[in-house]
Amino acid sequence: MNFWNDPLKVAADWLTGILVGWGMNDVFAHVLVVFVGIFVLILILMVIDILLVWIERKVVARFQDRIGPNRLGPFGLIQPFADIIKLLIKEDTTPDGADKVVYNLAPMLSMMSVLILWAVVPLAPVMLGVDLNTGLLFVIAAGSIGTLSIIMAGWSSNNKFSTIGAFRQVAMMISFEVPMLAVMLIPTIFAGSMGMNAIIQSQDIWFFWLSPLAALIFLIAAIAELGRSPFDLSEGESELVAGFNVEYSGMKFGMFYAGELLHAFTFGGFWGILFFGGYRFFGLEQVSPIFGILIILTKALIGYWVIMWVKYTMMRIRIDQMLAFNWKFLTPVAFALVMVTALMNALLRGADSWLYITGMFLSNVIVGWVSLEIVRSIGKKEREKVEGLKPIAEAHH
Amino acid sequence: MIPLSWYLILAAGLFSIGLFGVLARRNAVAILLSVELMLNAVNINLVAFWRYGDVSLMAGQVFASIVFSVAAAEVAVGLALVISVYRRRNTVVAEELDLLKW
Amino acid sequence: MTAEQIIFLIVGAVTLISGLMVVTVRNLIHAALWLVATLFGVAILYTLLNASFLAVVQVVVYIGAIAILFIFAVMLTRRQSAETGASVNTNWWMGALMAVLTFAGLAYLLQSWSGFSKQASAIPSGFDAINQLGDALTSPAGFVLPFEVASVLLLAALVGAVYLAFTKK
Repeated sequence: MNFWNDPLKVAADWLTGILVGWGMNDVFAHVLVVFVGIFVLILILMVIDILLVWIERKVVARFQDRIGPNRLGPFGLIQPFADIIKLLIKEDTTPDGADKVVYNLAPMLSMMSVLILWAVVPLAPVMLGVDLNTGLLFVIAAGSIGTLSIIMAGWSSNNKFSTIGAFRQVAMMISFEVPMLAVMLIPTIFAGSMGMNAIIQSQDIWFFWLSPLAALIFLIAAIAELGRSPFDLSEGESELVAGFNVEYSGMKFGMFYAGELLHAFTFGGFWGILFFGGYRFFGLEQVSPIFGILIILTKALIGYWVIMWVKYTMMRIRIDQMLAFNWKFLTPVAFALVMVTALMNALLRGADSWLYITGMFLSNVIVGWVSLEIVRSIGKKEREKVEGLKPIAEAHH
Repeated sequence: MIPLSWYLILAAGLFSIGLFGVLARRNAVAILLSVELMLNAVNINLVAFWRYGDVSLMAGQVFASIVFSVAAAEVAVGLALVISVYRRRNTVVAEELDLLKW
Repeated sequence: MTAEQIIFLIVGAVTLISGLMVVTVRNLIHAALWLVATLFGVAILYTLLNASFLAVVQVVVYIGAIAILFIFAVMLTRRQSAETGASVNTNWWMGALMAVLTFAGLAYLLQSWSGFSKQASAIPSGFDAINQLGDALTSPAGFVLPFEVASVLLLAALVGAVYLAFTKK
């Protein structure tokens, strides 16, 4: 076991050795090393988070035919650091009549709900915080803490706009948890486990090819969960100013903002883990865990880029459209897909792998096509109804 | 190691706190909150009995997960009732809802 | 005292204290937030009992859905949430007496039971509680009927809640 094959264990053993050499208790040294590991992981994540601000601004600039930050440092790389200094030295305001404890707790919970996700993200075969056998449920559980933080922020600000924004966002997050959880069952069916590592290990072929529809539904639900455009009606600058975080200033706002960016990046990573093989890339992760980390970060960045791509090319939808889209289209399709996948899995379990893959892929295509046809026929009826009403409306004029 | 008695006493305490809330609070939503405490106390007992008995018999965990779904159903209907009462009577204080009292 | 016992005592104290806050705090949103703290404590107790699946489900269902629903309900019935009058009714001392008597009775009954201070046996190696739970919930020899009844109950509650809270246009 050398540094090339398992850098984390080597570093931990080295550090534990030093601490025990100082006369420290064995168990205590182990706990301390684990804490150091968590601290380092969070530190790296925060640095990535700062760079995400730069990436986001650069990419949105390109989408909108601008250049983006380009004055401070090469390609404007110093810009996010300047932003952080600005946020830190801003006045830290608390509105009158705000519930102080809840108000200050909310940004921390928001950031925590994102950071806690990385406890189950496997960076490489041997590098992961904890291999929970309920890994996927853990992701949803962390999301529910995020939901709580948003309603706390919205209520404690003592502001109508923030309360309405929190209401919208929470209604959306709770609704889209349903199709997300349903779709997460599909990799679980394929892998036979809810553990992240087991799911990645069983992806000899990307689950995307087995279930492209599930990957699409997961992406849509993830975007809604993040509250990004086209589902950014909790922010709705033109109607709600900025939604639940309108009263926050300085670094408290910064924590919401950074949490949102890191959340998007993390869900890009989960998309990669569940449907695109995670840290696996043609056996490269077997050479060294370091390649594994690079691969998963690249996949997370690509996922993040897709989320940004959607964000900056779609317009905002209304809340009733959002709820109708979720409850009348996405949730039924997700449940139907889970049922069909489980059935096909039971039928094709013993079959050849190519038959299994083709069967799964075709069943996905059929489910997607049938649901689109149903929606189209309903839409046609609705349009006919509206068109049928038109002459009457005109007659009234 | 933790003896079973600790869990049972904790659950009994939580149940009693919930009972006090149900008997003493005026607001109907607060009464529902207290009912949740009582359900959680029961769940602690169920899971503790599973762990301290034969772990291969899953009845304790199964009952706990059924209590979860019953709790979700209870909250959904209970809060819908509270909101519907609030719309008609403009109050959620339990002792003011005394139409059936004489 | 082992580390596990210390964790239990801290978590238990937090659970009980926040439970007390739930039933005594005047502001109902605070009561709901204290309920969240209690539920977290119970989730940690589940992990101490090696029921990791139930712990995660506790967070998803109770905190992610039930507590949020409570906060929504408090906001929708806001005119009373500041609770102009007392937060407890005039018979509150009777309720307190009942609670204390219940606790005393339970404690007395439990300590006279022979298995009261039982110790947990070690979990056999290779024992997968989630697989076992899934089998128990879906096998006809296990609990498939209660499981199905629970799902019907949830559907009925869904329909009932929509019917009750729906306002006719």
